Amino acid sequence: MKKKFNHMKLEISAQSINESFARSTVAAFAAQVNPTLDEINDIKTAVSEAVTNCVVHAYKDKGDNMIKIECELYADHIQISITDRGKGIKDIQTAIQPFVTDKLEDERSGMGFTVMQSFMDSVNVQSKYGEGTTVTMQKIFESRPVGQAKAKRA
Amino acid sequence: MQLKQRLHNNVLYISMDGELDHHTAEFTRVHLDDLMTQTKAAQIIIDLARLSFMDSTGIGVLIGRYKKMKAKNVPIFICNPSNQAERIFKMTGLYSIMPKIG
Repeated sequence: MKKKFNHMKLEISAQSINESFARSTVAAFAAQVNPTLDEINDIKTAVSEAVTNCVVHAYKDKGDNMIKIECELYADHIQISITDRGKGIKDIQTAIQPFVTDKLEDERSGMGFTVMQSFMDSVNVQSKYGEGTTVTMQKIFESRPVGQAKAKRA
Repeated sequence: MQLKQRLHNNVLYISMDGELDHHTAEFTRVHLDDLMTQTKAAQIIIDLARLSFMDSTGIGVLIGRYKKMKAKNVPIFICNPSNQAERIFKMTGLYSIMPKIG
């Protein structure tokens, strides 16, 4: 594992308008090590899924409604943790299955965790019912010749 | 999110311009329903070339519209998805009800 390149923490309130702010911010942070456009867009999509889960599920009628996003950036990968202190997930194994949602009436697809798992290299869900949830994801960047990375930077 | 529509040869073309996520879903849903339910077109083509972002929320929005138009026997087709949208469509089987064209 290569040396840590950069580190950031971001705390935002769980409002839907912050979904695009969160994914764009993480994408801009990741862009510092020149990932491919596809890798950036994969990260954007996965972050959007995790943050949307916090907004839709975590904080129903709760005063404290902050989402904490922490990123550790390395030359060859990024680790992103997204934490809420909301209601938590009772049964993680069921919640992460495709097409599982308790908001079908809102036209939710129930594919959020499946998309995260497909777009990232690892996804870990820690949750305590009544206390909150942390989703930790890693994306490994494909190695490219140095010349190519430089050309992209120019 | 901006939706542009064009009716040509009995086909309603809808171009989605912007980002489709949970925040823009409600507006998109209502606006799509307005365009789709008013049309007398025999089929609908949704062009995603200008959709700069979509997550799994988009699946819910599209399936919801599919159900409404299926009741009227109007098929919906998708064209020009991004790589990420394409992967989400494939993993959810969306193309089996809204085939990709073009």
